[in-house]
Amino acid sequence: MSCQCQGKTGEKESKCEIIDRVVDKYQGQEGSMIPVLHEVQQAIGYLPEDVQAYVAEKMGVPLSEVYGVVSFYALFTTEPIGKYKISICLGTACYVKGSGRILEEFEKKLGIKVGETTEDGLFTLEACRCLGACGLAPVLVVNENVHGRLKITDVPEIIEKYRAMSREEAS
Amino acid sequence: MEMVNLTIDGQEVQVPKGSTVLEAAQKAGIDIPTLCHLKDINKIGACRVCVVEIEKARGLQPSCTYPVTEGMVVRTNTAMVRESRKAVVELILSNHPMECLTCSRSTDCELQALAKKLGIKEIRFQGENSNFPMDTSNPAIVRDPNKCILCRRCVAVCNEVQGVGALGLNERGFNSIVAPAFQHPLSEVNCVYCGQCVNVCPVGALKEKDEMQKVWDAINDPEKHVVLQTAPAVRAALGEEFGLPIGTIVTKKMVAAIRRLGIDKIFDTDFTADLTIMEEGNEFLDRLQNGGKLPLMTSCSPGWVKYCEQHYPEFLDNLSTAKSPQQMFGALAKTYYPEKCGIDAAKIFSVSVMPCTAKKYERQRPEMMDSGFVDVDAVLTTRELAAMIKEAGLDFNSLPEEDYDLPMGISTGAGLIFGVTGGVMEAALRTVYEVVTGKTLEKLEFVEVRGLEGIKEATVDVPPVGTVKVAVAHGLGNAKKLLERIKAGEAEYHFVEIMACPGGCIGGGGQPRVTGPERMSLEDNYLDLRAQAVYNEDKSMKMRKSHENPAIKTLYEEYLVKPLGEKSHHLLHTHYQAKPKYQVLAEKEC
Repeated sequence: MSCQCQGKTGEKESKCEIIDRVVDKYQGQEGSMIPVLHEVQQAIGYLPEDVQAYVAEKMGVPLSEVYGVVSFYALFTTEPIGKYKISICLGTACYVKGSGRILEEFEKKLGIKVGETTEDGLFTLEACRCLGACGLAPVLVVNENVHGRLKITDVPEIIEKYRAMSREEAS
Repeated sequence: MEMVNLTIDGQEVQVPKGSTVLEAAQKAGIDIPTLCHLKDINKIGACRVCVVEIEKARGLQPSCTYPVTEGMVVRTNTAMVRESRKAVVELILSNHPMECLTCSRSTDCELQALAKKLGIKEIRFQGENSNFPMDTSNPAIVRDPNKCILCRRCVAVCNEVQGVGALGLNERGFNSIVAPAFQHPLSEVNCVYCGQCVNVCPVGALKEKDEMQKVWDAINDPEKHVVLQTAPAVRAALGEEFGLPIGTIVTKKMVAAIRRLGIDKIFDTDFTADLTIMEEGNEFLDRLQNGGKLPLMTSCSPGWVKYCEQHYPEFLDNLSTAKSPQQMFGALAKTYYPEKCGIDAAKIFSVSVMPCTAKKYERQRPEMMDSGFVDVDAVLTTRELAAMIKEAGLDFNSLPEEDYDLPMGISTGAGLIFGVTGGVMEAALRTVYEVVTGKTLEKLEFVEVRGLEGIKEATVDVPPVGTVKVAVAHGLGNAKKLLERIKAGEAEYHFVEIMACPGGCIGGGGQPRVTGPERMSLEDNYLDLRAQAVYNEDKSMKMRKSHENPAIKTLYEEYLVKPLGEKSHHLLHTHYQAKPKYQVLAEKEC
């Protein structure tokens, strides 16, 4: 299958180019499906059907095999996710210390439900199980950044911090 | 061979190293129940029905995957084993629709048989039930994921035997579902409708699309003149549905049964198989002598044609333009036949009985309407024909032996062997050799192209044309290997036969099912038994070469004029087009 999207996406590197590069990197390696999908997701943000189909063709495996892996692991997503993924721990320790209320506050302030993404594509809200940082309970991570010992009043501050960060990057 | 000694239920057994506990138990005559296991196809230990106690092993172990070791002590019939098997099956049943009475697999269901065998009288577990939509998207195969028990036999046969990979195991935990990617309907992915999944499904989750009522309605309609054709492989397996041993040919009883269903004329697809040889054989000679595209590839298997369109479009010009015997028959049944017999073509209802699910798809292809009508109005699988015979209350085994009707019921052994892998090639060689050399073949059997070897090759000297190199592949996994070899320039042939199903049509997706336990208990491969029956029948026939079929000669004299002539071109030949593998690739840009 030849790529038809070159130059059409307006990005530096088209989706097909990204997949070509990643699959070529793992060429000939057994069991490379998960690392390939992981890298493609990191580069594109998510794994929609056309991307999975292109990965399947490029790797010479059926689409059903790719989708089987993607739909099995919680790590993979087929929906676009926001620039900042907020994962709030609902593990026992965090929950006891009120992380449920923190989550509700995020839902209210962002106007989305857990699992959804804001319309501007900036935030995705997720609940997760124990992050292994119970000493910081209640705790959340935004992409790779940890925020601990949270209070309800921290919520707008955290949101504003990342909004500002995004604005800065844009300018 | 290195042998291993072990004890099963106090009995000493010796088996080759590498055997499983299940195989060892079978050798000792000890019956271990299985469900997901399917000999040579699925060995994954998923269902845990075959668990046994093994001394020094932790917990219970699945015997279908557990390898034997020297001095091993196995117990297959302890209270713990029996209770565990029951619990496993009860858990499966707790999320299984209890529609057994109206299920197409009632009394023929491996899960039902197992529940009976294990003595399950109540289901102690209650919980959520799956609620997935049915997939009725296509003309050939119906999927009911709610009946699926996740044994993955279909996934194994689709991926590993056929190399298609339309089906996979999606999602996780309670949401697990065997389906195409993204739970798309089969019609939107690369499924070729071969029906191998239907053949191995132990329950009612995969079945052919029912066309029986359509046929009953036509029979009951006094305005309709119903003609029916039976494919070569049907007669080699239909008897199994009536308790006859695998490998029993039932041609004449089958004809008698069909006549008693109320069909007006019963003809033989073997007749148009002979016609296919005349057309395709001449096409081959034409390509060979006039520099046409080679190797010529057979196109009678609709599963293979669809696979070629979606997976190997670069070989589409290699496909023979000759239609399949089913479609040649269909085209003639609404042109030549009514003209000859003075019947209104519009009143003809044309039925075919096929060992195949993909034939249901083939008949609905837009290319298959050259008579001015839909050439074939309904396709019944071998299983559906058996169901209709049972519904009509006929005692199949005590029916008299009857003959096909004339003129399209006359056929040769060459037409008959179309039903087995290598058969089209052998039939073609019998005719091509004699037509080209003008000599009589001393030995009609081309044994090099017979048998269940995945890919077979042969060379035949056909003076003055020269040496003809041929290859035969059956099962799309083998076809893929052969095509890759040809693509890479590692092999060169003049003529290639490809059948989508393992064993050819005798192993088609519409044939009687051979269950997991039956496959284990048979000494021979059931496909070998069916193939042998077909070859024996061929040997006993008076006419064994397509070009000697007198009804074919008359057909050319009265109607078609000559092979590859104008009428043939219009009615009996077609072309195929590349199709996207997945709908998403056709619609979206990556």
